[in-house]
Parts: sequence; C-alpha cells; structure tokens
Amino acid sequence: MATKGQISDPMIDPKTGEFAVIAPGHNFKSVTEKIAGVVLTSNTPLGWFFGLIVASGVATFLVIAITWLFLKGVGIWGVTIPGAWGFAIINFVWWIGIGHAGTLISAILLLFKQTWRNSINRFAEAMTIFAVCCAGLFPVLHVGRPWLGYWLFPYPNTMNIWPQFRSPLCWDVFAVSTYATISVVFWYIGMVPDFGTLRDKAQFPLAKYIYGLLSLGWRGSTRHWMRYETASLLLAGLSTPLVLSVHTVISFDFAVAALPGWHTTIFPPYFVAGAIYSGFAMVLTLAIPIRKFYHMEDLVTLRHLDNMAKVMLGTGLIVAYGYGMEVFMAWYSASHWEFFMMWNRMFGPMGWGYWILIATNIAIPLTTLWSRKLRVNVTYLFILSLIVNTGMWFERFVIVVTSLYRDFLPSSWGTYKATKWDYMLYVGTLGMFSFLFLLFVRLAPMIPMNEIKMMLPQTKIKGLDAETTVEETA
Amino acid sequence: MPVKEGTYGLLAEFDTPGALVHATEAARDAGYRRMECYTPYPVEEAAEALGVVRNRVPLLTLMGGIMGLTTAFLMQTWISRWGYPMNFAGRPLFSWPAFIIPTYEWTILFSGLSAAFGMLALNGLPQPYHPLFNAPNFRQGATDHKFFLCLEATDPRFDVNETRAFLEQFHAVSVVEVDL
Repeated sequence: MATKGQISDPMIDPKTGEFAVIAPGHNFKSVTEKIAGVVLTSNTPLGWFFGLIVASGVATFLVIAITWLFLKGVGIWGVTIPGAWGFAIINFVWWIGIGHAGTLISAILLLFKQTWRNSINRFAEAMTIFAVCCAGLFPVLHVGRPWLGYWLFPYPNTMNIWPQFRSPLCWDVFAVSTYATISVVFWYIGMVPDFGTLRDKAQFPLAKYIYGLLSLGWRGSTRHWMRYETASLLLAGLSTPLVLSVHTVISFDFAVAALPGWHTTIFPPYFVAGAIYSGFAMVLTLAIPIRKFYHMEDLVTLRHLDNMAKVMLGTGLIVAYGYGMEVFMAWYSASHWEFFMMWNRMFGPMGWGYWILIATNIAIPLTTLWSRKLRVNVTYLFILSLIVNTGMWFERFVIVVTSLYRDFLPSSWGTYKATKWDYMLYVGTLGMFSFLFLLFVRLAPMIPMNEIKMMLPQTKIKGLDAETTVEETA
Repeated sequence: MPVKEGTYGLLAEFDTPGALVHATEAARDAGYRRMECYTPYPVEEAAEALGVVRNRVPLLTLMGGIMGLTTAFLMQTWISRWGYPMNFAGRPLFSWPAFIIPTYEWTILFSGLSAAFGMLALNGLPQPYHPLFNAPNFRQGATDHKFFLCLEATDPRFDVNETRAFLEQFHAVSVVEVDL
C-alpha cells in the first residue's frame, strides 16, 4: 500500500496514524536472523561483558550480606519491636509487584488479542521470573532459620505438625510458589519452538546439543502447533486470575491484621494496580536500553513504549485513587486510631517518606504521561520509569513502616532504621536481577520469533475465504 | 512403484504459507490422510486443510484443575479438622472460607501443569529423534522461513512416483524422499 504523501515517517502506519508495531521490511528470515543472531553470535559485544561484570560485582553484596546473616542471625537487620517488618517485607512486595507486569503482558494482553505484546512478552516474562527469585529470598531469609524453610509446606513429618491454613502468611506460600511455578512453565513452553530454531541455526556442536535438548525435539508439526496454541491460551487464561490473586493474597498479609493503615478493604485492588504500575516501569527500564544496545528499535517500536506508558497512566490513576481513599477513610471512619495513623504518616517524623511517594508515584508521572510527545520521548520515559520504581518502593516503605512504628500505645512507640546489611541485601538483589537478566539476553531468544512471524504481512493467505480477501483489498 | 523398505514419506518444501495450504488441501481432496505440515509458526489454515479441528489439551486441563481443587480442599480439611486440630482463637476447626485461597491456587497450579505437560505428552515430546531430521533441507528452514508438507508412506494411497508427481505440480521448491 502506498503512503498517502503527507506522512513520511515509515514507522507510522498510514492507515491509522498509529506507530507501526513492527517496522516495515521484515520477512521470516530477517526476523530469525535478527533475534537468533544475538544468541548465536560468536562476537559477544564488549558492553555485555562490562554489564555482566558490574552486575556480578553488585551481586557480591548479596553473597556477603547473606553470609553475615547466616553467621549472626536476623539481629543484624533493623527489624525490632515495634517495627517488626522492615526491609525484608518491603523488598519482597516490591519485587513480586515488579514481576506482575510480565504476567500481565504475557497472559492478559494475549487474551485481549493485543498482538503488539508479542515483541515484549518474552523478556517481560523473564523479568517476572528473576523478580520472583529476588522476592522469594526475603521471606526465606526472614524466617530466621532458612534451612528449615521447607516447614512452610504441608508435608507429612515425624514431628506430626502441619501448617495453619487460617493465616495469610500460609496463603502466601501457596500463592507465591504457584506463581513462580506457573511463570517458569509458561516461559519455558513459550521458548520451546524458538529453541528449535536456535538448534537448527546453531553452528557450534555444544550449542546445537544444548538447544537441541531444550527444544525437546520440536519440529513445528501443525498438530503440535494446534495443541501448543491451545495450551498457551489455557495457560494465559489461568495466569490471569493467578496474577490478580497473588498480590491480593500479599495484600491480605496486611489487610487481615487489625492495625490502622493495614486493615482496609481497598488493599487488594490497589496492590494489584500498584504491582502492574511498577512492573511496567521495570519493563521500560529494561526494554529501553536493550532495544538501543541490540538495535531492536524495529521490533520493539515506539508503539510499544507508548502503549506501556498508557498502561502506566491507567494503573497509576488507580493507585492514586487508592491513596485518596486511604486518606478519605481515615477521616470518614471517625476512628481515632485511623486518623492518627494518617496524620502521623503525612506529618510525623517519617512524613518525608510519604511526600517522596506522592511526588514520585503521583505528581511527576500522572501529570506528564498524558502528553504523547513525552510518552514517545525515550529518554524521558527511561528516567520516568526509574522514578516510578523508586516511588513504588517508597509506597511499600510507607505502608510497612509508618503503620507499625507508632501503634496504639504511646509508651511502645519506636522508630525504624535500616542497617547497612539491609541496604546491602537490597542492592545485592538488584545485582542478582541484572546478572540473571543479562545471562538471559545472551543465552535465550529475548523476543519470541514465532510470535513475531505471525504478525508479518507475509502470513496472509490469499483466496482462502472472504475475510482475508476483504482485508487484502481494503 | 511400491514403497521401498525404510521410507518415511515424501517431503515437499514451499516458500509461502499460501502454497503450503493450497497443496495440503489438494492432497486431502486427492484422498491422502496420513500427512502433516511443518511450519515455523502456527498456520491455522494448514490445520483446517489437514482436518485437525480439536485436541484434548482442554480436557486434560480441566481434569488437572478438578484434581487440584479437591486435593487442596480435602488436604486442608483433613489437616485442620483431624490431622492437627488446634484451637486458634476459638475459630471453628473446619473454617472453610480460609481454605478457599490455597484451594484456588492449587486449582490453577494443577491445571496449568496439566495444560503444559499434557500438551507435551500428547505431542509425544520430548522426542530427540524423528525421521524428518534426516531430510537435508528440513533443518535449514522448518523452524525458520520454509513451509513443508510431508505425505507419509503409511498412507494407502502413497506411491513414490505418483505421489512425487502429485506434489511437484504445486510448484514445490523441492520434493525429497525421507528415510526412516
């Protein structure tokens, strides 16, 4: 189809005026070469090694912090009474929340037939899995005796004791372990056909062998594809209620407790929206440098960035509504304790946390994301994604700390101060996350080749039924 | 010419999905049944041409889901009521509303695993060896940019010469004999 003259930008679809999902000029072979080339090249970019060294350097903090923790116990952290839940739970909730965008992109957007998601779902899923790995560390370390962590699961044992199923912390075990398992399975099943491509394209015997094993002997048979498509859709349909339930259950950890600031019914939806908000911010944080570094601008286009920014705007508004409702209910409940908690959260000794949260999560993103110009400004979006990630971390900080440190009895008031071990552990997980992600980008296809191929114009089959013919001539 | 011992079938290579679907429809009309298409991405029209309409993945998923639901609920009921009865703040031992959340999660866990592993099992994967990998051109395009139709030797209508002539009329890039 010829362009209509006035639009000269090849990235803009002349029919709709929207940004194209994939830049024109790609065919089946070029898609394979571009994506498989990143994995199968023998010239690993120097920048990748540099990134890996930095990431593993930062991840060393994690090793040190955990080693010292095992030697000394959780006393080295800042958790104490009344602030019995500190960085461990803040970071746990933050990381799990980041993971949620990956599942949203791979599952919910698949069900809604948002085909633009095909370019970003693979690395968003990888992000989910690595984020869940980081998240899972915190509760396991926080139990104090991590080597007994398996006691959380119901298994027959000689002590003849069983978990307590009326506790939200027990529900958490079920929710998070299910989430981790299903995410890994969904991710791996999604990669099987692409591993087949890598097996066939690989030159080195070792790469052939390993990708051959991972591909399970995939040969692209149509009967296999049909079962595969059904399974993908079913997994998407199952992941959708799962992802909504995971952060809901995590919010129950707070909401079921009878503590002002935690005991609210707004928590489940507001936690889920916040999770997606921070998750999309993290997808942007990862996607923007990667598409630049690997020259993937033709596959991860401005359309993707624009759409993700819109999702952030939408979920950000839900989060803002959540904050508003918390304040409103503090007044409307006419509860002295609720009112004091909110006053203390805003103007107490830790009020700075609340105002950082409002600035980074509400004031900056929700005023600027309305502008299409800013939404397609890659530098601005990258900075904004970092701001929102900070904001969402502060949200968890505010919820956990400012609700706990001044409770009903003034004589038991205290404060919370994180120690250097808390910070080291947190920074260390950032290093571990980047390390795992860099390995993923190098060793696995970061964009699903078969799903990109499905979006190419060459897939159209002429003269089969009326529908395709109409589309051809339109 | 009768089929020689050790032939899996004839493999035709096409450049476009349209040519593949056209040839597959014609082969089905000509009475071939034991055949299969191989494509780099799912081509629904090819499945229609082959007459593949339904599969049993949804049934397996449903069974998995029911299994997870009953397992989780009965396990919690047994543990809380009989296995390890404990009085927590006067709550009833059989406090089923609290059991719904782990039940919900295990329903999803079991059905998701059934969907994934059921799909692999029905597909007969993992299967490291398949005769098609012997074809010289198969691995150069089946997972990349080529479209293949394989008419298998076990089909009663299969005849090496006739079938080859039949396939060649659809402008196949090549038609090769695949050894077992």
